[in-house]
Amino acid sequence: MKRVVITGAGTINPLGHDVPATLEAMREGRCGIGPLDIRDVDRLAIQIGGQVRDYDEHVHFNRQQIALYDRFTQFTLLAARQAIDQSGLRPVGELANRAGVVLGTSGGGLTTQDENYRAVYEEGKNRVHPFIVPKLMNNAAASHVSMEWNLRGPSFTVATACASSNHAMGLAFQMVRSGMATAMVTGGSESMLCFGGIKAWEGLRVMSRDACRPFSANRSGMVQGEGAGVFVFEDYDHARARGAEMLAEVIGFAMSSDASDIVMPSKQGAARAIAGAIADAGVPKEAVGYINAHGTGTAANDKTESAAVADVFGRHADRLMLSSTKSMHGHLIGGTGAVELLACIMAVRDGVIAPTIGYEEPDPECALDVVPNVAREAKVDVVLSNAFAFGGLNAVIALRGI
Amino acid sequence: MSIEDRVIAIIASQALLEPSDIRPDQTLEDLGIDSLGLVESIFAIEEAFDISVPFNANDPSDSAFDISSVASIIRAVEGLVKEQARG
Repeated sequence: MKRVVITGAGTINPLGHDVPATLEAMREGRCGIGPLDIRDVDRLAIQIGGQVRDYDEHVHFNRQQIALYDRFTQFTLLAARQAIDQSGLRPVGELANRAGVVLGTSGGGLTTQDENYRAVYEEGKNRVHPFIVPKLMNNAAASHVSMEWNLRGPSFTVATACASSNHAMGLAFQMVRSGMATAMVTGGSESMLCFGGIKAWEGLRVMSRDACRPFSANRSGMVQGEGAGVFVFEDYDHARARGAEMLAEVIGFAMSSDASDIVMPSKQGAARAIAGAIADAGVPKEAVGYINAHGTGTAANDKTESAAVADVFGRHADRLMLSSTKSMHGHLIGGTGAVELLACIMAVRDGVIAPTIGYEEPDPECALDVVPNVAREAKVDVVLSNAFAFGGLNAVIALRGI
Repeated sequence: MSIEDRVIAIIASQALLEPSDIRPDQTLEDLGIDSLGLVESIFAIEEAFDISVPFNANDPSDSAFDISSVASIIRAVEGLVKEQARG
């Protein structure tokens, strides 16, 4: 089996428009969540979110591109440009045929759907722009990345709600590890912060009106974010031969299904995915020093996740660190695992553990070291990134420094 | 602005050209307008004139709407505007 390394990373999210700005915000424990600036916000019960600020699509794309690129596609393309530029990978010839793109998203072009439903239902228009279908489809982002970079190998989109990115990156990892692909562009994107998107989430009554405080006893629910994270996963030998810089090594991945409830998480399902990723990586569980938690800030997730971690690690659970960066960037749903992988890279590469900000009161049901409020310097060997989706679909990735 | 000028403005914007660069005998292919550009142009024409254009992208030659040149498109739009205003 091949070793798999990350040779490029890119992002745009509520904390920054690139990787350095995002990592700086994570180090400083800065919050990217604030009042939502969207149409009809006054009719929403939830009026906060992690929006990408100071963003003007016209700076990055021309009129014809904007007609085809939903906001989630735009975010993906910008993050992919950063990642592929950093990697130095230039897919041509046989390499192009052996390089693909697997991305996660949950809502896809939800903003495009929302705007056009308005046009035909609310405004009574009888005609919509001809590109609505290619603009809203969930695989639009993956296809445009494939076209922009001549990636001609295995390419598709994964939709597993909040675990979409982790599933996508796990599959990309497996493709490179098995020798099926030489390099894969992977990660995910989400842009659901439109009236209809938030209105739907409001209905579940799991959204916080003030802040995302994962693992804190006074936590009040999740806060949605938007943005993208994209990486280049590459065969180690190929990366080494061309002298590419390596950011981290991907060493394990596991997925599981709770097979129990469409929204309530299961400790057993989560624990099987965590233990599975460690087993897949072939490391002792004591090697894990940091876990980027799913940590949504809901009552159900945080206590279930804490219990799952305690079950898998036993006494070692008290020695590892676990933080939720959702406290800073919000829950990017199908893109969240990708942005959170940046915190894992920072942990193994820079020895900086991103904090769980907004932490106010210990919860005995979440009695782990959640790196409260302030980032910490620590040398860690293996790190995990958890994602547990609605629908009971779990995906956990393991990284190590290189 | 005449129907002719408005149609030319729509086609020019799609082709990323100035209206003065568009000649009536040119085809959409000459102007670098592909199939997506064509459906977008038809959408813009429908919006601009508040008409419905009978065009089937599966078989353009079978459509009542003649897209063989800039001039034919202008004639077709003039016809539709007259017809649908009456209707």
